[in-house]
Amino acid sequence: MTPDGSLISAAGLRKAYGPTTALDGADLSIHAGEVVAVMGPSGSGKSTLLHCLAGIVRPDAGTVHYDGRDLAAMSDAERSALRRRDFGFVFQFGQLVPELTCLENAALPLRLTGHKRKDAEARALRWLERLEVADVRHHRPGQVSGGQGQRVAVARALVGEPRVVFADEPTGALDSLNGERVMQLLTDSARETRAAVVLVTHEARVAAYSDREVVVRDGIARDMAGMYDAA
Amino acid sequence: MTPPERTRITAGPTGVAVWARDLAMGIRFAVTGGREAWLRTALTAVGVGLGVALLMIAASVPHMMSERHQRGAARAVDSPSVFFDKRLAHEQKPGSGTFLYKTANTDYHDKPVNGALLQADGPSAPAPPGVGAMPRPGEMVVSPALDDLLHSDNGKLLRERFEGYRTVGTIAPSGLIGPNELFYYAGSDKLAPGHGTIRVDGYGYEEPDVPLTPELFLLVIIVCVVLLMPIAVFITTAVRFGGDQRDQRLAALRLVGADAHMTRRVAAGEALCGSLFGLSAGAGLFLLLREFATYVTIRDNSVFPSDIVPEPWIAALIALAVPVCAVVVTLFTLRRIAIEPLGVVRNAVTRRRRLWWRLLIPAVGIALLLPLFRKASGYAAHSVPLDTYQIGAGTALLLVGLVALLPWVVEICVSRFRRGPLPWQLAARRLQFDSGPAARAVSGITVAVAGAIAVQMLFAGVQSDYTTSDGHDPGHFQVRASYRPGTAEETSAWTERFRATKGVEAVTGYVERYADKPGDDAAVTSIHIGDCATLQRMAHIDSCRDGDVFVAQEPGGDVDTEHRFAPGTRLTMKEYSAPAGQKKRGYDWMVPASARVVTTRPDPSGDHPFGILATPSAIDVTKIPDATTTFVAQVTKGDLDAIEQFRNTAAHIDPSMRVWRLGGVVKDNNYATIEKGLLIGAVATLALIGAGMAVTTAEQLRERKRLLSVLVAFGTRRSTLGWSVLWQTIVPVVLGMILAVGGGLGLGWAMLHLLRKGVRDWWSFVPVAGTGAAVIMAITVLGLVPMWRLMRGDGLRSE
Amino acid sequence: MSIGHTLLALLESGPRHGYDLKRTFDEHFGHDRPLHYGQVYATMSRLLKNGLVEVDGIEHGGGPDRKRYAITDAGITDVAQWLAQPEKPEPYLQSTLYTKVVLALLTGRDAGDLLDAQRSEHLRLMRDLTQRKRDGDLADQLICDHALFHLEADLRWLELTAARLDQLAKAVRA
Repeated sequence: MTPDGSLISAAGLRKAYGPTTALDGADLSIHAGEVVAVMGPSGSGKSTLLHCLAGIVRPDAGTVHYDGRDLAAMSDAERSALRRRDFGFVFQFGQLVPELTCLENAALPLRLTGHKRKDAEARALRWLERLEVADVRHHRPGQVSGGQGQRVAVARALVGEPRVVFADEPTGALDSLNGERVMQLLTDSARETRAAVVLVTHEARVAAYSDREVVVRDGIARDMAGMYDAA
Repeated sequence: MTPPERTRITAGPTGVAVWARDLAMGIRFAVTGGREAWLRTALTAVGVGLGVALLMIAASVPHMMSERHQRGAARAVDSPSVFFDKRLAHEQKPGSGTFLYKTANTDYHDKPVNGALLQADGPSAPAPPGVGAMPRPGEMVVSPALDDLLHSDNGKLLRERFEGYRTVGTIAPSGLIGPNELFYYAGSDKLAPGHGTIRVDGYGYEEPDVPLTPELFLLVIIVCVVLLMPIAVFITTAVRFGGDQRDQRLAALRLVGADAHMTRRVAAGEALCGSLFGLSAGAGLFLLLREFATYVTIRDNSVFPSDIVPEPWIAALIALAVPVCAVVVTLFTLRRIAIEPLGVVRNAVTRRRRLWWRLLIPAVGIALLLPLFRKASGYAAHSVPLDTYQIGAGTALLLVGLVALLPWVVEICVSRFRRGPLPWQLAARRLQFDSGPAARAVSGITVAVAGAIAVQMLFAGVQSDYTTSDGHDPGHFQVRASYRPGTAEETSAWTERFRATKGVEAVTGYVERYADKPGDDAAVTSIHIGDCATLQRMAHIDSCRDGDVFVAQEPGGDVDTEHRFAPGTRLTMKEYSAPAGQKKRGYDWMVPASARVVTTRPDPSGDHPFGILATPSAIDVTKIPDATTTFVAQVTKGDLDAIEQFRNTAAHIDPSMRVWRLGGVVKDNNYATIEKGLLIGAVATLALIGAGMAVTTAEQLRERKRLLSVLVAFGTRRSTLGWSVLWQTIVPVVLGMILAVGGGLGLGWAMLHLLRKGVRDWWSFVPVAGTGAAVIMAITVLGLVPMWRLMRGDGLRSE
Repeated sequence: MSIGHTLLALLESGPRHGYDLKRTFDEHFGHDRPLHYGQVYATMSRLLKNGLVEVDGIEHGGGPDRKRYAITDAGITDVAQWLAQPEKPEPYLQSTLYTKVVLALLTGRDAGDLLDAQRSEHLRLMRDLTQRKRDGDLADQLICDHALFHLEADLRWLELTAARLDQLAKAVRA
């Protein structure tokens, strides 16, 4: 961990896609086990911030430290390995492999880190049970509802017991009832496993499941923690 | 498939108009649907085009054969042979319009150079087809190919052979069977009727139709089935290229209000468009390939491009059947998926392929073939005529059945995949999810490669009949020539000329005639007439004077000859044929009592003479009907020019003298051409199948760009994804190759077995299978390059 | 909320005592503010006067008023009319927050900070409600959701305003 006790800290992140500036000097730190909502209007650079924090995308400028290591200094393979080992991901849609069963999808991260198939699927099944979707384990993603699919995705994100779960609009494709249930299961499970959650959302009600929020506007991230102290 | 509801969108125009409108929309999609649609249409067009071109070539075979036959018949005059020509020659009286004709064929470097000597009796003797004027003595007209050969460096010895003639023109295509045919007409003034020379007043001799032998007929049927099957499969595969993307587009169409019927019609329109492009591409390719025919000579046959004209009704059938097939296949494909406004629902997962009808077809085929096989493998087979229709139908059904069985086999195989590392699991699951593309790829590969292997084996097996492969076979540098009977002086003079020829190491020349023993039909012997020197070369003879006769006996052999044709035996030699109404002339002769039994020596060709050896004074050569002078020579081994020198000497004695190279001729390069052609064809087909697979994979990857990015996001190695894509291709390719090699070898063996030929080389499939697999893998790996780009985190941005 | 109508509607299922009414009301609706017994008493007096309820019986005992109230036909009609009458939507045309934003702009203060602080405040409340929702029963969830949706609406307004601050600044300074 960095001296200030944060698990992930980012400073001065800049990222442009062609002429579009997605991030323009974002600072942020995330502590172990906390749920942080990244909010902001669409196009504000929320997702890009998440991608930079998770080491999926290299920022043009600025640094990201995870557990004291500079992501920029790591090779692509090392960052991939880090993502496999320490991070979990939930996205809005299109994330389950359609030809694998729900159980196989949930077991995928463990398989990627070299677990035996049987062992991986046994662990994945526990998570599917935890997320109330064990009954569809032999179904393919195309055969289950959006809410069930998203729960499978959450199970998959948590199955490797990551230290950080990155969730990018995890409820974006769900109705509010399903969305809230998924959020509840996600944050409960994360708290249980002491995983930090970086939750990108534009919905305040989803953000309300967080411990604190970070607002991204015009590519600049503001940590709202300071605001509380002022308030 | 046809729910009864009619939705509002079809309420306007009805029937044909609706079809036309929707087909037109499909065609527009195919053409204006952006790069992907173009690629898809182009692939379909190329695939269909290849098939169509091959079909057109196959459809041209009957016309080509008949044209060639007609030109061949038009330039022929009766079938003149040394022995059977007197009848005609006697009948035709000389007149201003008659001429003498004598076939004068020769070979040059194992290529036949055919021709005739002509001698006009009067000014109005007609010129041969394709020739402007009757060549005068000392003049020669040649085919363009022969002209080229005579003018080339390679033609030096042939120039010497024809040095007595001046080339005054070339023969037009109407007088030639093929463009590369080596043919000539030479004018002469030394011809006289008899000994192969006939007097006629025109050209054109309709040979009675020779029916195809059952074996040949069978060969034709099997080759057609084997060649056409891949084409059919390939066309049906080609019209499905890029089907997934098409389905997405159709789903979008449903979203804006098209009903299920309309989407089917639009899809049919797209397929129709591809197949129409394919038809024109095929026609273009056909015309192109047709021109190439000039440069291809197989087994000394070449074909004029203008002869390659498809039968009109077959061409019409192709033009009609290909688009119809394309539409039917498309509709058939769509039967198994439901295109809903929000996406495509595949029913393939829930519905297993049904087995019974897939098994029924090959079962019927086997049922037809099995009794024949039993017959063919029995010893009595040679006397039982093969039931060709039964074999043809059996083979066709068996092949069709195998093709129908393949998807089922693929499905079963793929569903067996369970354990394995992650990339393998991903690939296996993908194949299980939708085995359609894999099954089609396997079908395509299997029929293309199996067909190529079987045809290659067939040609390899059959070619052993015609050729010997070993150019260093000593027998290969032995030559035999045959000519009219010569007097003792003539014979020894000719022999001396051969002996003096460069490269000729040994030569024996004698007059030869077979003789019967009156009253004993089974007793036939041979009389060799030569001077003492010649006879002493043929047998161990201590003392010899003109007038002596010897009875030859092989060392340690045949006492029978001695007994039956012992000294004092009467022999008779009858004319082979006599002019109508006349009796056959005969010559009777008795083996003199003074004849001695001698032991023979091998002649230059290694053969021992058989029968009676006589010196010229002992028998009157001029009275023996149908006798021939035979020369047997050994030329320098490995010296092909020596053979040509020998032929030149023969031609200078008389252009019509026949010369044979013993042990056949070397025609390996022809087989190599066929092999190369098959290889190119098979590999091109496989490349196209590979391209189709690559396009399908690329489409699938693009469709899953987001999923790929997600997988990369949570740390999936690119190599894992790359391998899963590779496995996805490797599995069908390997499966297809195994089935193809097995099927091809089995088919080839069966065909050769039915023709009672042996398999020459069990490993001949290696180049086709190896190159094909390599090409497909290369294309797949190339297809992975864009995937590498897709697998960056950027893919997550597109929302 | 009309307490009179609420109590009247609660009586429709059967006569109740005053303390019973209070308890039922609190169970369903009184999460934030339980009803004072005085309020019940005053309200029931008014309803009695208007003939919407009648006294069904009186229990005498050591406690406070032990009247049992029953709804009259007029009362049932009144409840029906009240339920059928759509609530007038809040126009929300007067907003303190808007006033603050305009004043911040006019006085040259950072209106963005103001909005950010407000958002944090809103979110803090939303977090509390969410937490309560997680721990509570269905009634809690529904009531909290109601509040959460309203707060979310405020937040959307905040976002929209934040996005248009420059435009607004020009307009108020013109």
